[in-house]
Amino acid sequence: MNSVTSSQYLPESTEPPLTRHFRAEKFDFWSFFFFGLTGLATLFILGILATILLNIIINGWGGLSWHFVSTIPKKDFFDVHTTGVLPMIVGTTIRVIVMTLFVIPVGVITAIYLTEYAANTSLVTRIIRAAVNNLAGVPSIVFGLFGLGFFINFVGKNMDALFHNPTAVWGQPALIWASLTLAVMTMPVVIVATEESLKAIPPGLREASLALGATKLETILKIVLPQALPGIMTGGILAVSRAAGEVAPILFTGAAYYMASLPAHLTDPFMDLGYHVFVLSTQSPNIEQTRPILYATVLVLLMLTFALNLVAIIIRARVRKKLRALG
Amino acid sequence: MGIHRGHQARTGEWLAEKFIFLVSLSAILMVLLIFLFVAREALPIFFGQANTALVQKPILPETLDQHSPAELQAYLEITPDEYAKMTPAMLRDLLSVKVDAQNDIPEDFRNDPDAHINTTEWQYLLQPHRWNDYAKPEYIWQPVGQIKKFNIIPLIVGTLKVTLIGLLFAVPLAVGAAIYVSQLARPRFREILKPAIELLSGIPSVVVGFFALLVMATVLQSLFHYQVRLNAFVAGIALGFAVIPVIFSIAEDALTSVPRNYTQAALALGASRWQTAWQIVLPAALPGVFAAAVLGFGRAIGETMIVLMVCSASVMSWSIFDSARSITTTIAAEMAEAVSGGAHYRILFMLGALLFAATFVSNMIGDFVIHRFKQKLEGKR
Amino acid sequence: MAVITLPKINLPVANAAVPPANKPFIEIENVSLYYGAAKALKNISLNLGEKIVTAFIGPSGCGKSTLLRCLNRMNDLIDNVRIDGAIKIGGHNIYAKDVDVIELRKRVGMVFQKSNPFPKSIYENVAYGLRLHGVKDKAALDEAVVQSLQQSALWDEVKDRLHSSALGLSGGQQQRLCIARAIAIRPEVILMDEPASALDPIATTRIEELILNLKKDFTIVIVTHNMQQAARISDQTAFFYIGELVEHGPTAKIFTNPGQKRTEDYVTGRFG
Repeated sequence: MNSVTSSQYLPESTEPPLTRHFRAEKFDFWSFFFFGLTGLATLFILGILATILLNIIINGWGGLSWHFVSTIPKKDFFDVHTTGVLPMIVGTTIRVIVMTLFVIPVGVITAIYLTEYAANTSLVTRIIRAAVNNLAGVPSIVFGLFGLGFFINFVGKNMDALFHNPTAVWGQPALIWASLTLAVMTMPVVIVATEESLKAIPPGLREASLALGATKLETILKIVLPQALPGIMTGGILAVSRAAGEVAPILFTGAAYYMASLPAHLTDPFMDLGYHVFVLSTQSPNIEQTRPILYATVLVLLMLTFALNLVAIIIRARVRKKLRALG
Repeated sequence: MGIHRGHQARTGEWLAEKFIFLVSLSAILMVLLIFLFVAREALPIFFGQANTALVQKPILPETLDQHSPAELQAYLEITPDEYAKMTPAMLRDLLSVKVDAQNDIPEDFRNDPDAHINTTEWQYLLQPHRWNDYAKPEYIWQPVGQIKKFNIIPLIVGTLKVTLIGLLFAVPLAVGAAIYVSQLARPRFREILKPAIELLSGIPSVVVGFFALLVMATVLQSLFHYQVRLNAFVAGIALGFAVIPVIFSIAEDALTSVPRNYTQAALALGASRWQTAWQIVLPAALPGVFAAAVLGFGRAIGETMIVLMVCSASVMSWSIFDSARSITTTIAAEMAEAVSGGAHYRILFMLGALLFAATFVSNMIGDFVIHRFKQKLEGKR
Repeated sequence: MAVITLPKINLPVANAAVPPANKPFIEIENVSLYYGAAKALKNISLNLGEKIVTAFIGPSGCGKSTLLRCLNRMNDLIDNVRIDGAIKIGGHNIYAKDVDVIELRKRVGMVFQKSNPFPKSIYENVAYGLRLHGVKDKAALDEAVVQSLQQSALWDEVKDRLHSSALGLSGGQQQRLCIARAIAIRPEVILMDEPASALDPIATTRIEELILNLKKDFTIVIVTHNMQQAARISDQTAFFYIGELVEHGPTAKIFTNPGQKRTEDYVTGRFG
């Protein structure tokens, strides 16, 4: 049998034969360089994340207080004694809840169709998927224009005409239109999350149910959906956390800078955390003086979106563990 | 065997199936509606029906019946719904108001060549023009004042400036981190690093803009010593922050979906980890990484709040250290002041339609490339 | 090259005596199945008797599982499948135009190769089919669940934890649970697609004993790649080869004195 080291293609090896133990690799410059460069990139990104978060937490923590989050402020937002963000929290929360009421049913049903019913090769299916992907990529300001051009100027105005309203009730910026605009915007998130959780269910379960004489719908309602529920919830929470921080779509569809009281009807405009931050930052006369309150407002917004994101991540991890146990 | 109950018992099921199908069509409906209703408001501009010239041949009230409704709507700058609500008497009143307005224009201004220009014509939207009080032809976007100038080139330049800076900053960082996390780092770390970087996408863009305005602008100015504090450079970097998670996510996905066999084959031949990553995995994943950049581009040109908070002036300048207005920020900032139905309003919607078309195309390209990439990996091509 | 002669295998045959000729209960008439353009089943004609165990054997890819799945029309779920011919169960063609597939599957149950209990409690798993078909009365459900679990030889092991998750059971127990689930709705036929192939020998033995017990009440068709298993538990055997039915007859005859050469080659292990 030929010696392993004397192949006719490779040059004579100067290393001792394989029967001796391996020496440690000598220091490889390129390896180190490449490793270091990409590692630095990762670190840099994490550093950015940490800087932003720390900066806001450090500067905003002092301004937080129970009073702050539970008071309706007067028109002068920077009066430390009377300032508060309650209407903004309420406005953000309500619009996000109304959005959820619309987006979850439509998104989940669409995902069920795409996963359980649609033939993957049919033209209609491909168009639906393309539409969902495109919806995901539309700029947020275009959604704002859509909300203005369609919901307010078309649907709202026609509703006013239908109800013979003398002044514009539906045909103006309102909570309902902002929520619907956001529902359209976050639909892809819900669809993708639901589809993922539906696909993770082993097909054997569906087969077993069908073999027992269940119809497809029964199988979906009794076996598939209950299993997919955590994933659907994750999708909903992700949609909510995205929508809570979005400002561009609500700029013309319902956000107001100042309202004396909390919004009472779906047709009212509303105050909003993100919108407030935006207006304050760009139109505040003396930034230094107003820094603490500004930061506190931003911190509240951040805490809201992060809490939601965290919940989604935890649920997703739990769901993965549970589905892995199914094997 | 008694199995002939037939399909009558299952109509409920059939109905439910049809209902589910119809609801799913809503996605298509929405995309269509978005495009339709945004473009609808901008149609007069596309068809050249708006006229913003100050000095126009006035339509006399007496000649009301000789003009089509479309002409009158464009001339009076009212929407078709408003037109429908008006009686001929009201229309004549409006026309005579306009005639009076024309007569009120001072003589010397009437001789100003600029006053006769319909500034919404395509040549003024796209090409430079030497306006009266300027020394040479300029691209100017200035929708306020007597003579409204609607040249959209400064906005396009602004968008490109900020986007390019953002991508130049974000792509190397995001792709580098993606290579590290998917190929070089220990699997344990991957579980922590990936969600951590994706957490960056959980920060609302208004917060990133806030951070850029309050902290980054000052820091960067003291680092680079340029004149204007709030400029395209700062906005671009901040935009990069927002785009990094998008590019990272997709690139990391693409790199991870390269089958383990490739890596193991290379390692078994004696390649080091970085050689494997650089020479085997990255080229194999290149379409996916490219798609990540394309989708990042789409996200960047659509971003509004960050640039809105950092930059304010619409200056036509190729220098990145000057301020810049992008298409998105212009729409966001000026829509509130634009008269509903007026030329400014319609041009803003037109910009929105253009933006929609641009992101539509870039998303189609990105998705298509990813699709082909995944098919190739699965051996279908 | 020397010809290697394999010894004739002495298989322990359960019923050396030929069972009484039961009237044909399942009549497969000239069935062909196409996946797109590829013909997977070629003009199969076969009669299966009532309340006996029939085994489908043959090498991988010969179509035995495919034919099995035709019997409860589970192949309908796959795109691009076309089936010609007729299959009559109890005299009715199940591929006739007005057949309600849901009803069919109530009468023809199936147990799969990989056990697939629902992520519910043991009780709920067995009760699922019953609830599906309208049984609401708790007493009736209880009785049916207990009976099914007893008949599947699982009752003693789970009677104290009926409401714990089915996923906590071992592989063999899960498969017996799937059998209990299938028999709870009292089908007339039970189809089994390699039910013990994923199980260890002890669990396999228990399943086999179970099958021998079940044939008193149900007609059973079992697909298996384990010839010894077929010899142990089946009354009739059908041998398939690349989509064709090669031979069908009493198990004892197939294994000791097959009529076709291909059958003999297969059962003596010359190929497979």
